[in-house]
Amino acid sequence: MTRGIILTILAIAIGYTVYAAVTKDKINIVQAGAQAPDFEVIDLHGEKHRLKDYEGKGVVLNFWGTWCEPCEREFPAMTRQYAEFKHQDVQIIAVNFAQSEFEVKKYVANMGMTFPVAIDKTKSVFTAYNIGPLPTSIFIKPDGTINRIITGEMTEGEIVQYMESIKPE
Amino acid sequence: MNKLLCECGHENPEGTTLCQKCGSPLSAEEKSKKIADMRYEGSAIRSKTYNKSIIDKIWNFFSSVKVGITLIIINLIAASIGTILPQEFYISVATDAEKEKYYSDVYGWFGEIYYALGLSDLYSSLWFQLLVLMLGVSIIIASIDRGIPLHKSLKNQRVKRHTNFMKRQRIIGEGKPTETREQTLQLVEQSLKNLKYNVRREDSSILAERGRFSRYGAYINHVGLIVFLIGVMLHLVPGMYVDESMWLREGETRAVPGMDGYFLKNDKFILETYDNVPQGEQIKQGVNVVAKNFQTDVTLYKQKENSVPGQAENLEEVKQYGIQVNHPLKHEGYAFYQMDFRLNEIKTMVFDLTNKETEQSLGQISIDLTNPQEMYTLDNGAQVQLMGYYPDFSGFKEGVPQTATQTPNNPAFIFKMITPETPEGETSFVAIQQTLEPEGDNIYKMKFSNVETRHMSGLTIRYDRTIPILIVGGIIFMIGVAIGSYWNHRRIWVEQLADGTIRLAAHTNKNWFSMKKDLDALTKHAHLPQYVDQQEIENNEHVETEKDGKTL
Repeated sequence: MTRGIILTILAIAIGYTVYAAVTKDKINIVQAGAQAPDFEVIDLHGEKHRLKDYEGKGVVLNFWGTWCEPCEREFPAMTRQYAEFKHQDVQIIAVNFAQSEFEVKKYVANMGMTFPVAIDKTKSVFTAYNIGPLPTSIFIKPDGTINRIITGEMTEGEIVQYMESIKPE
Repeated sequence: MNKLLCECGHENPEGTTLCQKCGSPLSAEEKSKKIADMRYEGSAIRSKTYNKSIIDKIWNFFSSVKVGITLIIINLIAASIGTILPQEFYISVATDAEKEKYYSDVYGWFGEIYYALGLSDLYSSLWFQLLVLMLGVSIIIASIDRGIPLHKSLKNQRVKRHTNFMKRQRIIGEGKPTETREQTLQLVEQSLKNLKYNVRREDSSILAERGRFSRYGAYINHVGLIVFLIGVMLHLVPGMYVDESMWLREGETRAVPGMDGYFLKNDKFILETYDNVPQGEQIKQGVNVVAKNFQTDVTLYKQKENSVPGQAENLEEVKQYGIQVNHPLKHEGYAFYQMDFRLNEIKTMVFDLTNKETEQSLGQISIDLTNPQEMYTLDNGAQVQLMGYYPDFSGFKEGVPQTATQTPNNPAFIFKMITPETPEGETSFVAIQQTLEPEGDNIYKMKFSNVETRHMSGLTIRYDRTIPILIVGGIIFMIGVAIGSYWNHRRIWVEQLADGTIRLAAHTNKNWFSMKKDLDALTKHAHLPQYVDQQEIENNEHVETEKDGKTL
């Protein structure tokens, strides 16, 4: 009986350690279900975007860079879907990995991106969200919790599906 | 569970080898031995007796010493595999793709396999951590399984022991005292007390004991190991442990990973070398530059109260510091270490707007690669328009220049040169060692003139609140080792029979030589009959029979 208890305690301790170790490399405190850390960025037009101000709306937080090929592939689809979902209260904010204004502005113009794009000059938001590979898209629900975190390229179908799931009721 | 009934009438739990009450041998195996096996006082080690339910089976597996040793060996081998090639943490490339390429490039096929098998990130891997945890479980269960019966036996041991127990100890003595006195036992008691033994007497039986605490040494050091292991496990709890690295170029300000709200600016990286002419050992080893100092001068900034990530405008300066190797910047438990550096990354490129034929320059433009401008205007009215900038040019895709990374390893530009002579503008693609003119021959070109570089520092950020726990675990471990190694548990049983014969038996868990010195002092002072070492006798018999075997 006692031995059973001891074994159970040990099993739980091991289970926790293993679980924590396996998920540690991925987003640390930022994971699906957790509250998305508040942040503020200034987009290329000089407008401020603060996550807290988007309460009640869905937010797609996309992290990207000009050299990132998968980002380049998914931006057209994102731009198309933005046109639709914009009117359904889902916002896209694309945060760039501290590149020069020149590069980012040229890229945005070439791609025809219509959603807000901001440059994270000090990589502060990148660090807060513990971003590793690019592209990473964080889908945030209207209540501020993270619905899902996608690392890697998304198909247009997936973009539609995910944006649908963070649409306010 | 079956009970074992001893001759003396006491019922013992199944698996007991020496009767708890009198010490007589109970099992057939024990009875066949000349000298008693005194490990664990002959008490039942649970794991050897129960074997029915799944709990028993799991418990018995982990309590086995063989399993424990196997686990230790496997752990050692696994850990050593991670040292064959540098682990991913120490390689200064970021993405998975780059890592794969690195191992393959630098270490060839072996590196490729190493990376593919996940051995390049071994210590964070699931299976390795499971191995370590299994070892921890083995330590815990083996200790509990043996420690508790041992403690009970030691606590409840009787003073008077059965003749069979006495006669089967390694050291025995029997006979009349050499000087007949009534107070032999008194002398024995006194002598033993002088030898610092704890003496218990029941009628004509004496048990003298010394150093019982040393038996617990092993269990104490196991507790220390477990505390240490818990300390390591706590690294995974958020807020307890941070071990991050950051690359910071001179002039850059960056948010510090793992340290919310703080930013670090690299003011300057300094590399100093010794001036001397290479001599002696240095020449032999082909060293012609010896580093004197790696230093990064930094400024630590903090966001204002109630700020959120992304608000990096009005940062408050916290402190400035010159981080040298092994002299980290410390702040509120965090430490910034100078770990690595890269020299001479291109920061600014200077071009001359040059007439190809006359080689005359219309002026110079200086492009800051961190902030290229769309239009550069020269004094004489000529303009250079920057149409595109590609920091790490890697080729064309459908006519569009591509960049592999954001680092200016191979900068390339698309210029539109607008001069009085060419008011519509001429387009030129300029990369290192490569100029392309897509619209046919231009009159002007952008000629590379000069470059400014800057250095980059690699810093490590550490925060560790588990250190006190690790220290405590380590101290407990060392205390346990010391207790178990430097002290020993000695016991002497003496009884006087009705006819005055003295019977003596003695046992220690280690250092029989010293034990015998105690016994010699006792024998002399209390005039006891000479004792014998039964194991010596056995060994001599063995040696004799071997000798006989050889002569035959």
